[in-house]
Amino acid sequence: MISTQNENIKSSIQSPQPLIRMKGVKKSFGSNHVLRGMNVELYPRENVVILGKSGSGKSVLIKCLVGLVEIDEGIVEVLGKSIPDMQQEELDAIRTEVGFLFQGSALYDSMTVRENLQFPLRRHAERMKGQDENTLIIEALKNVGLEYAIDLMPAELSGGMKRRIALARTLILQPKIILYDEPTSGLDPITANEIIQLILKIQREFDTAALIITHDMDCARVISNRMIILQDGINYAEGTYEELSHIQDPKVKAFFKEVQSR
Amino acid sequence: MIALPKGLQSYLNETGNIAAFAIRFFRQAFKKPFEFKELLRQCYLIGYKSLFLVIATGFIMGLVLTLQVRPTMIEFGAVSYMPQMVGIAIVREIGPVVTALICAGKIGSGIGAELGSMKVTEQIDAMEVSGTNPFKYLVVTRIWACTLMLPLLIIAADAIGLFGSFLIETTKGNVSLTLYFNQVFDALSFGDLLPATFKSFFFGFAIGLVGCYKGYTSGKGTEGVGRAANTAVVVASLLLFVLDFLAVLVADIIYEI
Repeated sequence: MISTQNENIKSSIQSPQPLIRMKGVKKSFGSNHVLRGMNVELYPRENVVILGKSGSGKSVLIKCLVGLVEIDEGIVEVLGKSIPDMQQEELDAIRTEVGFLFQGSALYDSMTVRENLQFPLRRHAERMKGQDENTLIIEALKNVGLEYAIDLMPAELSGGMKRRIALARTLILQPKIILYDEPTSGLDPITANEIIQLILKIQREFDTAALIITHDMDCARVISNRMIILQDGINYAEGTYEELSHIQDPKVKAFFKEVQSR
Repeated sequence: MIALPKGLQSYLNETGNIAAFAIRFFRQAFKKPFEFKELLRQCYLIGYKSLFLVIATGFIMGLVLTLQVRPTMIEFGAVSYMPQMVGIAIVREIGPVVTALICAGKIGSGIGAELGSMKVTEQIDAMEVSGTNPFKYLVVTRIWACTLMLPLLIIAADAIGLFGSFLIETTKGNVSLTLYFNQVFDALSFGDLLPATFKSFFFGFAIGLVGCYKGYTSGKGTEGVGRAANTAVVVASLLLFVLDFLAVLVADIIYEI
């Protein structure tokens, strides 16, 4: 692995206890070895971007973090707890601390926007801390600038609006970590930029840490504190955008050239 | 070791997977927390929203059956037995099977397509990462709703089918409503009603189980959703005939004892 990390940046962002720790993670689907020993650490208030080509296993990687995909080998710890060793109840509890923004937004299409936000709240009433449900929903929608869409159905929303509502649904349980799966894919540049700014705003206001999966270099450049290039199932290179963009390694150079040319 | 033909292998695999899905249902169906609100919503969608279709088909079934059978009954001089004959035929066999087939088409494909599309658009994953058990919320409630609603739909279809039959009888033979239904109920015993009602619960369970299984395990993409909806109807319909045969066989053995 090529590591270019500047120690000053590292110490200013990182604390000794990572929120997420993946070590030597391997995952295969039949003869397709997707992850071959992946290592990732995410620290509080940090934005780590994982870059990789389509089909490189980026989505599998973040699904391993919430137990949606079972790993074959390695360590996956979230908030100090081992995900593969958890019972269902423990896993459900830890999942409330981890928000997940899906690539296609994954709004429940038989429910209104209000009901989409109500759904996680009602299931985890203990996290409302005595606050009024309606106030929390409106607050979450205000954070993404869509309070007027409260009674609309997902089918009535544009792609960018759906992504923002999904983000509001993710935020409503006030997670410590947010996982973004291709947050800007399929969006026009203006809407993509709005989503990027929203992600930064959320991090500032809620002090969350984020792991962002993308192949959008502009998104990666603006959002990331640190970037990991996922290639051949391992974290091939790691560092800040500036550092990685100046690496002379032919694979990294080729990767940057290919992604930027899109 | 003898290698089984590929078609047989996949048939056995599918049967095993459906059985495992059913076991998973029974493991979770009686475990807290219960999703009563979603169960009620599904009962409304599956029961109430299918009522018109079931009533319409039941009514036509009664009309057609009477029109078709009446000439033969006249030929044998047994036209006065029409209410008894139609009553037994509808309550014992035609009502439950036809209604269940209609429901397999409407409800089974609907569940298959809905869950399949939820799977493809990652809504099921989203539910899971929000700390909700999607199997319990989506599958258990739908199977329960089908199991509980189908007997009620079948009773409605039977009743309206008998009424349809009465309309033909009264038009052609001048029979009063009281006389017609008295004759129907005189001909029916608990031995007719009980197995028919009992098997309708199984029919509902089979429709719900197959629809949920096909949707919940559907492949990726729109093709997967289409296939889930389609195979849900085919497999459920086939399973209904197998269950019907078994129910008739068991009832027959019980009668003999």
